Amino acid sequence: MVRERPGVRISPAAPATKLLATRRVWGQNKWMTDHHHNHDEGSELSDTALRVRALETLLVDKGYVDPAALDELIDTYENKVGPRNGAAVIANAWTDEEYRQRLLTNATAAIAELDFVGRQGEHMVAVENTEKTHNMIVCTLCSCYPWPVLGLPPIWYKSPPYRSRVVIDPRGVLADFGVTVPENTEVRVWDSTAEVRYLVIPQRPAGTEGWSKAKLAELVTRNSMIGTGTAISPDELET
Amino acid sequence: MNGGQDLGGVMGFGPVIDEPNEPHFHEGWEARVLGLTLAMGTLGLWNIDKGRYARENRPSSEYLNWSYYRIWLAGLETLINQRGLLDEAENAASKNVHALSAVNVAATLAKGGPANRKSQNPAKYKVGDNVTTKNIHPTHHTRLPRYLRGHIGKVVIVHGAHVFPDFSAHDKGDNPQWLYTVRFKATDLWGADKNPNDHVHADLWEPYFV
Repeated sequence: MVRERPGVRISPAAPATKLLATRRVWGQNKWMTDHHHNHDEGSELSDTALRVRALETLLVDKGYVDPAALDELIDTYENKVGPRNGAAVIANAWTDEEYRQRLLTNATAAIAELDFVGRQGEHMVAVENTEKTHNMIVCTLCSCYPWPVLGLPPIWYKSPPYRSRVVIDPRGVLADFGVTVPENTEVRVWDSTAEVRYLVIPQRPAGTEGWSKAKLAELVTRNSMIGTGTAISPDELET
Repeated sequence: MNGGQDLGGVMGFGPVIDEPNEPHFHEGWEARVLGLTLAMGTLGLWNIDKGRYARENRPSSEYLNWSYYRIWLAGLETLINQRGLLDEAENAASKNVHALSAVNVAATLAKGGPANRKSQNPAKYKVGDNVTTKNIHPTHHTRLPRYLRGHIGKVVIVHGAHVFPDFSAHDKGDNPQWLYTVRFKATDLWGADKNPNDHVHADLWEPYFV
């Protein structure tokens, strides 16, 4: 039996070999949350939750943190900033050649034209996928990610499996995402070791000539701007 | 430091699993930890490099086993303790800091924390130059990953001078150094059986070069 964990859906259609393979992984998705420790170690989850609550109370009482600011910070990254920002940038680049050039030569300024600025996007570089080049971004040392255009990173981006493997086996990682890049296409991995943040410009899907920016933006996925996916094709959008 | 955080090329973690419709936070406390870390960061009592060092400077077994925001919580606690912020006699007034207010959140995030600085010296390298990274294993914070040490690469972008994390993580000031994006061949880093078309790029400061 494969036990489902909250938030992890295991498709009944998945081949048995795949299930067996993932079961062997050391703590499947262990980096997702501490929740699973509940089964083995008693009350770590509630310990952590209580610890955070105690810390918050102390910091508020001592005047270091304004609770309203805390709520506003969380609301910003839960509801206001996310990959729809990046998708707007990409749709702009796909439809406006001059904008594409500005994005490739000074990404920080080009992205600021759309009012996406600030924390974790202070120094942006855009890298473009073509028939000859496939780009992927990572932060092997922590979790650096372009927040103003993509929001907070997904768990897999900041967990050991991706951070360890994408630099040594990028094509294997792509296979995990169901993406195949031809052998003679160059894979370029960008390890965000400084305060420079990268944004991948995915290839514009065929059959989208004349589409509006808004409609094109619907094709741009978060993973396509990290480089672990491609933009959605018009056919896929309809299904 | 050669800690649990320095993951490039390490094996044994299994496949990358993309969680469908992943929520921003899997537990309520994770959101609080994000908010607390960002709010406390605006007090100016530490910088981003000290924050990173506080998270990574712990037993590798903890770093590799804990969930992401559990590590953030531990890092925040470390920084708070280092500055004695929760000592009985201390508070925001005694530490002469002002809590971020809700009305200033948007402007503060929009301002961010640019890392570029004026440099005293001209850049030593230009686009197209080869550089050789040092074979060093510092015990302090560094942003030169193990897998890129002792290798030859080519400069593809010159970014200007940026805060040097190896110093700023340890209260030694910004010490701005020229920052370059350097391109390495996959076959040079990982051996001849890798795809000769593939490359890895990283952003590296001048003191990392021989």
